[in-house]
Amino acid sequence: MLRAIDCMTEIPDITIEVSHLVKTYGSLTAVDDLSFTVKRGEIVGLLGPNGAGKSTTMRILTGYLPANSGSVKICGLPVASQAEATKRHIGYMPENNPLPEDMRVSEYLWFRGRLKEMPRAKLRARIDEVLELCDLKRNRHRILGRLSKGNKQRVGIAEAILAEPAVIIMDEPTIGLDPHQIIIVRDLIASLRGRMSVIISSHILPEIEATCDRVLIINGGRIVAQGSPAELRREIFGHTSYRIEFAGHNAAFAAHLTTIDASLSVATVGDCSSDGFCVATLVTTAPEDLGEKLLQKLPAGGYRLRALHRTQPSLEDVFLAATRRSWDARLPDQKVSPGDQRQPLPKI
Amino acid sequence: MRHYFTILSHEVRTLLYSSSTYIAAVLFLGVMGFVFAGILELYAKAPQETSPAVVFFQLFWFPVFFMVPLLTMKSFAEERRLGTLETLLTAPVSTTEVVLGKFSAAYLFYMLLWGSTLGFHYLLKVYARDARFLDPAPLIGGYLFIALSGLLFIALGILASALTRNQAVAGILCFTCLLGLIGGFSYLGELSALNAEGLQPIKNAVESLRIPAHMEDFTHGVIDTRQVFFYFTGAILTLLLSILGVEAKILNS
Repeated sequence: MLRAIDCMTEIPDITIEVSHLVKTYGSLTAVDDLSFTVKRGEIVGLLGPNGAGKSTTMRILTGYLPANSGSVKICGLPVASQAEATKRHIGYMPENNPLPEDMRVSEYLWFRGRLKEMPRAKLRARIDEVLELCDLKRNRHRILGRLSKGNKQRVGIAEAILAEPAVIIMDEPTIGLDPHQIIIVRDLIASLRGRMSVIISSHILPEIEATCDRVLIINGGRIVAQGSPAELRREIFGHTSYRIEFAGHNAAFAAHLTTIDASLSVATVGDCSSDGFCVATLVTTAPEDLGEKLLQKLPAGGYRLRALHRTQPSLEDVFLAATRRSWDARLPDQKVSPGDQRQPLPKI
Repeated sequence: MRHYFTILSHEVRTLLYSSSTYIAAVLFLGVMGFVFAGILELYAKAPQETSPAVVFFQLFWFPVFFMVPLLTMKSFAEERRLGTLETLLTAPVSTTEVVLGKFSAAYLFYMLLWGSTLGFHYLLKVYARDARFLDPAPLIGGYLFIALSGLLFIALGILASALTRNQAVAGILCFTCLLGLIGGFSYLGELSALNAEGLQPIKNAVESLRIPAHMEDFTHGVIDTRQVFFYFTGAILTLLLSILGVEAKILNS
């Protein structure tokens, strides 16, 4: 036990280190040369379409599945050779959050705490604490099989943070929750920032955007994009767009725009209403904000302006663009045959 | 091994919550009660040469066939179906601890149920008012045999459960293995093909693996170390295979 406590105090700055990870299921390559690192206290979101290799990556990180090649280090310890030591640093919530059906909430947490080598005296206080954190106090004596989906999910999260591990891995923690519960879970994950490294995977993109410091977009087992949501927008799109409503001389509009900024161009011009105002989308690759320039120069050129809005691509657009780009990238050298569709992960 | 007792107590609790444990217990005590009553009737009609305890243990295989699958089929198959095996094995525990914990819990229940049949012999003693009816030697031998063979039988059940995610498949697989183990060697020993001169060693080996014959030896007070060795090594080997089975299932998934 002493050794375990010593390890906890010596958590390095980089808690997760994955390099050149490869995992195949027969002929199917689920994870293909994946490398990334996670710093202490960072919250990282794993995004990707179904079968992209998110769950497989997480299972390898926990030491549940062995990788074909590559290495994973948790808190500086290799998972492959020191599985038991690394498992002490990990709190893991699998996909769909499996729970034994016939135990009570507090019994289950007690059992898990004992498995995670928590001393009895400390465990009792800690269970009260996590039940409070996860808003489960009223349900502590209820049977797991009869809990609602949201409550089960919170039991899973409570279990993951129970032993205060350095690394928390959660596979789709907000799946099947109602908006109110999503906010609770989001706040809960955000409250771990700075203390624990968290990796979450999700399909719900606003969730990732709201909680994560960094996003890894995975497709076909590879990282196709990574960075903070803002960085990703710039990287994937490389342009900003403005939506304006203007009235004036339509034909000369595009020419007038280039006098304002050389990079400005008209993407679309929508229908004009009866009062003469048209809706247009302008695109620019300029890094600075052109809003003020447009507001000054367009009226100076004889155009009337009544609305200007800078449109941000949502993470959803980034995700779609990044995953499409990675599919396109593999098309020239490899024809996608009907049998090449990615299978869902087999259940264990 | 520090998680062994945590897992053991969890498994005992799971078995106490499970309906199949109670089905096994009721069926077992019912069947054994009828068997015992039948034996007493037989002894009331005509004098017999052997002690009632010897006859009682001759039918040991019958409850084993349904009791062992009912007690063990849930252990790994259910965890795998629910997916809780993943959470269990991502805690800092080894597969060995998990397998041993589940095995010990099932074995504990198995022995508890057999132990409850001691009550039959006690009742006989009380109502017969004659100490000769409770001959302790065959009883000790018989229960020793049950305890030893139980190691192997329960280990087989755990192995069957470790190989599948379906409880029914695990149960039937376990039943088939037990049938092969208990009945198979007796059948093989009687094959005329083994009567040839050169095959005599094989015939001897098969004969010495006959489990009903072991039971006869034990209840007659013959405790052969070869048989003790057979059950111990058999159980250890089967448990090793179960550990490999659990881990191989992870590798191939």
